[in-house]
Amino acid sequence: MIEMQSVYKTYPNGVTALNGIDVHIEQGEFVYVVGPSGAGKSTFTRLMFREEKPTKGTVLVNGVNLSSLKERKIPKLRRQIGVVYQDFRLLPRLSVYENIAFALEVIEESPKNIKKRVMEVLDQVRLKNKARFIPDELSGGEQQRVSIARAIVNHPKLLIADEPTGNLDPDTSWEIMSILEEINAAGTTVVMATHSKDIVDKMRKRVIAIEDGLVARDEHRGEYGYEA
Amino acid sequence: MTVSSVGAVTTTLLLVGVFLAIMLNLNQITQEVEKDVEIKVLLDRTVEEDSEINRVEEEIDSIADVGSIEFSPKEEELERLIESMGDEGKAFELFDQSNPLKDAFVVKPANASNTMAIADDIQGIEGVSEVNYGREIVQRLLQFNDYARTIGLALIVALVLTAVFLISNTIKITIIARKKEIGIMKLVGATNGFIRWPFFIEGMLLGILGSIIPIAAVVSGYYYLYYNLGDKIQFEFIQLLPFDPFAWQLSLLILGIGVVIGIWGSVMSVRKFLKV
Ligand SMILES: Nc1ncnc2c1ncn2[C@@H]1O[C@H](COP(=O)(O)OP(=O)(O)O)[C@@H](O)[C@H]1O
Ligand SMILES: [Mg+2]
Repeated sequence: MIEMQSVYKTYPNGVTALNGIDVHIEQGEFVYVVGPSGAGKSTFTRLMFREEKPTKGTVLVNGVNLSSLKERKIPKLRRQIGVVYQDFRLLPRLSVYENIAFALEVIEESPKNIKKRVMEVLDQVRLKNKARFIPDELSGGEQQRVSIARAIVNHPKLLIADEPTGNLDPDTSWEIMSILEEINAAGTTVVMATHSKDIVDKMRKRVIAIEDGLVARDEHRGEYGYEA
Repeated sequence: MTVSSVGAVTTTLLLVGVFLAIMLNLNQITQEVEKDVEIKVLLDRTVEEDSEINRVEEEIDSIADVGSIEFSPKEEELERLIESMGDEGKAFELFDQSNPLKDAFVVKPANASNTMAIADDIQGIEGVSEVNYGREIVQRLLQFNDYARTIGLALIVALVLTAVFLISNTIKITIIARKKEIGIMKLVGATNGFIRWPFFIEGMLLGILGSIIPIAAVVSGYYYLYYNLGDKIQFEFIQLLPFDPFAWQLSLLILGIGVVIGIWGSVMSVRKFLKV
């Protein structure tokens, strides 16, 4: 599903975020990416949907080489990958329903199918009753559920979450985790960068620890491994 | 869409509209004048043989920018002169046997503003006795029109570019607020075309809104000029383009330029934010 071979990333400002990463992730896996702040976790995930381009090395996602992917093919790639951020990234003037529908409108799905599919995912994240609300009228946890619904509305094979619970209290975080687990159980690969020791240690999934731009640890049924 | 971007389009189109009205009229007047411009080349009496006449014709023909050449033998010249003088001309019929006129070529320049230069060159050809062309003032007018056309076009281009720049800047300010939104759209896989579309529409509306005042001003201004001042400024060969259909064509042109400016400026303003 994801294959990285000696991947380096140096930003235009000269900061080297990744220093030779080799990683292989199978379809259907659930992977935590942990490590100190500034270690390169976000950069690592951003390479997977071509938000950033590696300076050197190969990134393959679903058999597509992202290093040589043409600019105009990026939209198509993004439609096959769901992305969830710490800050939700919802369009503030659109309702919950419209925010999710937007991801289907860009692929010119028919209005009938859009309605059906949006209602499905709203049900999945348990927000059917808030479809007409705008993001500002929702709690943080609810906003994150909207952003997850938007991320999965296209049936992606890969879901990338960069600290999805970073702004949420523990109870709400667990709600989010149970939704992500359900998505993973349905066959979607999930890669999640996190600082939450609680979550990682309780869930016992694969853990990739990144330190100074290198893979410091890669364990199945791993633990967080740092002080909380 | 902001008042300032509509204002930028309006101002530009007002100026462009006035320039266009002047330029197109000037062009029309010049074309009328150009049609009548011809160079009369009188040949030396010594040039009699066909071969000699042909040689002179070829030499004239080889001068750059010469359009057409027509030979006019002295008999024809005399007939024309007699005709043009009416009754008084009858007297000249006596000359039938000893025609005092000369054989001539009538040369039409391909580009009338080069008439002077062509005439000078013809003057230098052996066997040419005299070269006459329209009054110098006509030449001046033609050259003036050349300058006016170049300067007018340059001004219009400069105005359009300035407007595009102004619009794209005013829109850019509002877009910075939307930068995040554009990023989100790209995140869910929107193509650049999809994101640009609303800006395209906005630019078009901007152009349409911005043309309203300029079209109203130019049409009413031209109406006044054509119907009220027309008699005072129109001479024999200075004819303004008829109000109908010129005013409407000009309106369409202004609207078209406005829409192009609006779309161009608006789409340009998003360009930077699409590179994510
Ligand atoms: N867009 C960027 N431009 C320049 N430097 C960046 C950019 N994003 C991240 N960095 C730098 O790269 C390093 C790794 O950052 P990041 O991948 O965000 O780490 P993490 O997510 O683990 O905190 C840091 O030093 C950070 O300052
Ligand atoms: Mg990060």
